[in-house]
Amino acid sequence: MDHLVTARSMFGLNMGVHIIFATLGVGIPLMILLAEILYYKTKDKDYELMAQRWTKGAAVLLGVAIPTGTIAGVQLALLWPGFMEIVGKVMALPFQIEIYAFFIEALFLSIYVYAADRISRKMRIISLILVAIGALASAVLITNVHAFEGTPAGFRILNGDIVSVDPWAAFFNPSFFVTSGHVAVSAYTTGGFVIASVAAFKMLRARKHNPREYKFHHKALMMGLVIGGIFSFVTALNGHESMQKVYEYQPEKLAAAEGLFETQDHAPLALGGFTDEKEQRVKYGIEFPWMLSFLSGNSFNTVITGLNDFPRDYWPPLFVHTLFNGMVIIGSILILVALVGVVWYKFLKKKSFPKIFMWAFVATGPLAIMGIEFGWIFACTGRQPWVIYRIMRTSEAVTTSANLHILFFYFCLFISYSWPQSPLYWCFILEEIRFLKSLLRKQIKKDVRIWVIHY
Amino acid sequence: MGDSLLAITVIWGFIFIYAVMGTMDFGAGFWSMVYINRTKTNATDVANRYLSPTWEVTNVFIVAIVVALFSFFPRATFTLGTVLLIPGSIILLLLSIRSGFLVFSHYASSFKYRRALVYISGISGVLIPAFLIAVLPVSQGGFIDIIDGTQQLNLAKVFSSPHVYSFIGFAISSSLFLSSLLLADYSKSSDEMEAYAVYRRDALITGPLSLLMAIFIMITMQSEASWLYDKMMQFKPLLYGSVGLFVVAGIALLLPSQKGKGMPRLAVVSIILQYFLASYVYGRSHLPYVVYPNVTIENGFTHPDAFHSLFIVYIVGFAILFPGFFYFWRLFMKDNKEYSKKKPY
Ligand code: HDD
Ligand code: HEM
Ligand code: HEM
Repeated sequence: MDHLVTARSMFGLNMGVHIIFATLGVGIPLMILLAEILYYKTKDKDYELMAQRWTKGAAVLLGVAIPTGTIAGVQLALLWPGFMEIVGKVMALPFQIEIYAFFIEALFLSIYVYAADRISRKMRIISLILVAIGALASAVLITNVHAFEGTPAGFRILNGDIVSVDPWAAFFNPSFFVTSGHVAVSAYTTGGFVIASVAAFKMLRARKHNPREYKFHHKALMMGLVIGGIFSFVTALNGHESMQKVYEYQPEKLAAAEGLFETQDHAPLALGGFTDEKEQRVKYGIEFPWMLSFLSGNSFNTVITGLNDFPRDYWPPLFVHTLFNGMVIIGSILILVALVGVVWYKFLKKKSFPKIFMWAFVATGPLAIMGIEFGWIFACTGRQPWVIYRIMRTSEAVTTSANLHILFFYFCLFISYSWPQSPLYWCFILEEIRFLKSLLRKQIKKDVRIWVIHY
Repeated sequence: MGDSLLAITVIWGFIFIYAVMGTMDFGAGFWSMVYINRTKTNATDVANRYLSPTWEVTNVFIVAIVVALFSFFPRATFTLGTVLLIPGSIILLLLSIRSGFLVFSHYASSFKYRRALVYISGISGVLIPAFLIAVLPVSQGGFIDIIDGTQQLNLAKVFSSPHVYSFIGFAISSSLFLSSLLLADYSKSSDEMEAYAVYRRDALITGPLSLLMAIFIMITMQSEASWLYDKMMQFKPLLYGSVGLFVVAGIALLLPSQKGKGMPRLAVVSIILQYFLASYVYGRSHLPYVVYPNVTIENGFTHPDAFHSLFIVYIVGFAILFPGFFYFWRLFMKDNKEYSKKKPY
């Protein structure tokens, strides 16, 4: 493999794993917090139990988020020293502040988990709020570095030197709010739907023999659907805004996302299909006339620059069209499923869901995670060939360290990186699910016993 | 103090905190492996009880070091990053294996391979300090070749250097020493007297071993990094003071006290002071070089404007965090047996 591709694969692979656990590390604490608050308000023991179970899950997820994140951080410095030199000089603030976010999250999560029984109920809620804030802040801040890569600000390059550095201008770069907002709300979307997904699955299993457990999971399902539904709607609105930012600041990314070759107004939105470079169009897709112009600039007259008006070597890979579509379609499905579920239960007052609904709920969690993966790979790959848009190419940022004989080493490392992260962790997670299940069974038996004694 | 001196002091502070917390943490993993079969003495139990809540916070410090390094000294990161790609990756791999396993061995109590997990976390806990410390001799110069205009780490030279091995020996013995000392204190304060006896004995064995390794380092340094050796010798009084504190710790462990032999709290404090003095001397003599002789704190320094905003953020951040750390410390460092016996969720 070519040097640059190896470095990218190592980084992309690690990020692809990190992002799953990191996103859940932002989304699940919110759900735990809500469960604790609901318990506080309603005194319904089920919510307390929910908070306990989710906490255990969250702690294990974090056990993967932290090592992969540590790898990500160090990899950035090791694999992309050219990039990190600019970041170090201009964009170090978010990393710096993020450290405090990590500290807050780590401190209070440890307190919430290991000292749960020696702190007061109020202190538990406060700890959880701090955990949620820490997680959100770390996501927002690291995303800011990503936003900076797309819309760099706060410095100039003069004869190869970095001059007029303004760290706060870099921090508040043009896409900071929109991009960070998108990542934050999509993380809450994912948290909600993953909870809903697990709950729906358990309901399917518990349906006949255990009405008590069924009711418990039903509450969790509704919580997940409501939160996921609200946030997926916000995600779509904010995604629309992200798209306008991309139109404004990275036009070739937008053109590649839509497979648009010719510059035009009244440009169509292409859904599905594959971009064919030879025929200069999207094949097998559905076209919505004029929509792209409207969505990008709020007017059908908006002129969208096509790929042909950019130098060929500025083009991102054309498959990003599929990634972008994947994300948008998933977003629409999620909104729909949540809406149908909530209307069915709350407004039509039906007691139970048909099987097909249940399986749709089960699908939402994995779908949301796929949305996250699609979105990130689209955002990172769509920025190619730049690591900092129009300022530094990825090929200029990569480490000079490896020559051929080290490349072999690289490859081994690459294999070994993927080794602990994927198969092993998945084994653990399966094992963990089994364990949780037995725990759950025990816990429920206990609950039932307590119930029987009470009534 | 100049800006760059201030910056390197902050980094040195992080490294010191991580060195102490990290060695204790890694060592504790090792002890929990060694005593896994001694169910009676609770030694493994004590080690785990200490380890569980702290490793995550400890881990944040290594991230803090990396971040502080590349934001204050981007040029140094360039050199270090390029040069340390392979050792750095090995450390990462070990770290990720260890923390992954650690988490799972704690949470998945029904996990079939629990013992294997404890072994892996214990062994990697000793290997990590060994690799981490290799950064120090590398930064003292002599291991970086310039090939085709790019810097390369000469791995063959690294792994055949006695100086590197004396550092590695020091890292391993210190991490066992510091952790057994801390665990001794921890178990005494939570009335686990059998565990206390075990850890006190371990500290008495590993302590002199660490001192011996430190002396080895000075001997090999004389020939391999004489510039550093000469500068360190200018701080002789401090070095003697450091040895003096070590002796104090030894005496503290041997003295009789009301319950059980020795005063581990005093020993812990004087040992931490000892390491503080010794690493101050080391760091001070290392200046102005970050990586000898290419990168100094002057030529590797970030943009002054960037530094100023970063530094303000540091001060504000730690002011906000301090109560959190204090609360954390109160909850966990003063072990409370009845509470922590209970399983977390
Ligand atoms: C559950 C996940 C999820 C869902 C349902 C959506 N997104 Fe998204 N999207 C993300 C998760 C995500 C993300 C993973 O969080 C990304 C990657 C980079 C980023 O900033 O956020 C992202 C990036 C991203 C970008 C690229 C930003 C850039 O390159 O700087 C655009 C234009 C959109 N999104 C637009 C949308 C639209 C129009 C959606 C309509 C429903 C949508 N997203 C739903
Ligand atoms: C906010 C966080 C992120 C930052 C700061 C970031 C930054 C970077 C950088 C510096 C590179 C290397 C240079 C380049 O190829 O452009 C890169 C590449 C890459 N990243 Fe991201 N990234 C982030 C999040 C993610 C996530 C979450 C994923 C995965 C889902 C991801 C997937 C990739 C992939 C696949 C590449 C290789 C791209 C290619 O070679 O085409 N990134 N990113
Ligand atoms: C948008 C993408 C990302 C999100 C949402 C995210 C979020 C998170 C979260 C929630 C954690 C757990 C924090 C904790 O409890 O301590 C974490 C850990 C971490 N992440 Fe990410 N992250 C993202 C991308 C990145 C990137 C690109 C890097 C590389 C610089 C990175 C570096 C880290 C590090 C170093 C840790 C470990 C921190 C620790 O030791 O506690 N993350 N991340």
